[in-house]
Amino acid sequence: MNKVVKDASVALEGLKDSMTIMLGGFGLCGIPENCISEMVELGVKDLTCISNNAGVDDFGLGLLLQKRQIKKMISSYVGENDEFERQMLSGELEVDLIPQGSLAARCYMGGAGVPAFYTPAGYGTEVGEGKEVRVFDGKPHLLETALTADFAIVKAWKGDRFGNLIYKGTARNFNPAMAMAGKITIAEVEELVEPGELDPNFIHTPGVFIQRIFEGANYEKRIEQRTVRPKA
Amino acid sequence: MLDKNGIAQRIAQELQDGWYVNLGIGIPTLVANYIREDLNVVFQSENGILGMGPFPYEGEEDADLINAGKQTITALPGAAIFDSATSFAMIRGQHIQLTVLGAMEVSESGDIANWKIPGRMVKGMGGAMDLVASADNIVVAMMHTNKKGASKLLKECRLPLTGVKCVKRVVTNLAVLDITEHGFKLIERAPGVSVEEIQNATEGTLIVEGDIPEMKI
Repeated sequence: MNKVVKDASVALEGLKDSMTIMLGGFGLCGIPENCISEMVELGVKDLTCISNNAGVDDFGLGLLLQKRQIKKMISSYVGENDEFERQMLSGELEVDLIPQGSLAARCYMGGAGVPAFYTPAGYGTEVGEGKEVRVFDGKPHLLETALTADFAIVKAWKGDRFGNLIYKGTARNFNPAMAMAGKITIAEVEELVEPGELDPNFIHTPGVFIQRIFEGANYEKRIEQRTVRPKA
Repeated sequence: MLDKNGIAQRIAQELQDGWYVNLGIGIPTLVANYIREDLNVVFQSENGILGMGPFPYEGEEDADLINAGKQTITALPGAAIFDSATSFAMIRGQHIQLTVLGAMEVSESGDIANWKIPGRMVKGMGGAMDLVASADNIVVAMMHTNKKGASKLLKECRLPLTGVKCVKRVVTNLAVLDITEHGFKLIERAPGVSVEEIQNATEGTLIVEGDIPEMKI
């Protein structure tokens, strides 16, 4: 069993225009930096991107937005990206905003073989328009459908050649759920290790969900809101 | 009249020992600064941490440790980190005892709007819709009026809704109000603020019963 590929360019073989791509991360934390750069290089376009956020103007998914490579975004919060807001308000970019918990669950369920589920989030709001409503225990719920993707791209701290992954800190976020939901899931990791080096008790994403893995390079790990307190 | 810190300080009085609490972005984040030291309260941030601590000291920031507002944070001893699906299982499954969030508008029936101004501002709902749809105990922290002086406590919200009939209590720079079947029930006045001033700043139905005590801050 060896899922290791050399780099992002090999990992993304088969990526074509108009595909649906899931990308892990929350803000700029835990985003697959190497694959995003490679997608900019490749120039693939008309992508549908499923990602909690849309990066900032000059980093993360903002890089793909600048080059007009994204046709549709499926996200929960896009407030940090002026170019995104401009493209959305002008109608250039199709946007599906969905509640964050529903987004996470829709990815998880997509990978778990559950085609749809009911959630109370969004009932009585724009999000509920056109969706089936069903009452459980006196409370209305919306039917939400699962999401899958042609490629899911996740970023982990450590991984082995079987594809077992461990994330660090809150860089975990959407990565585990999205890792499950890709027809092809690519993991880029900061450190690629030999099988046996990761304690099986502490694996976050079991390798079965991963098809391709590589050790990334030059992680910038940009901080969006550097907030500190002075030393006493 | 209270400032933002005063609102946070008053909301901190709502917290009880042993509670897990989710604080939204803005005024709610400030609540963490005013928790009584004898209370054990655990803060959840929906991007995936329980046991969120204060901001790190300069030079100790970790890009892999942020809160839902994308600010660098620390993890306290006993903290737990998890993925987004698990995080919202906690929220949806009502394992979090209190949610504090900001709002652009609240209606007298407990509807809340805080994610969109059509044609002008679209940032997205983030986790707010999941939080308000499931949490048992939702307190809104906001200024009583907007920058133009118009009331934010309305008969009905005009902006697109985040959730319906979900807010339990509103704490503003002028007052503490509970959402009841018949409207906003005035519970406390901010220091130096009269019932009349609160009435004038409230578009929705205001219920005033007996003497309204002043907040103790």
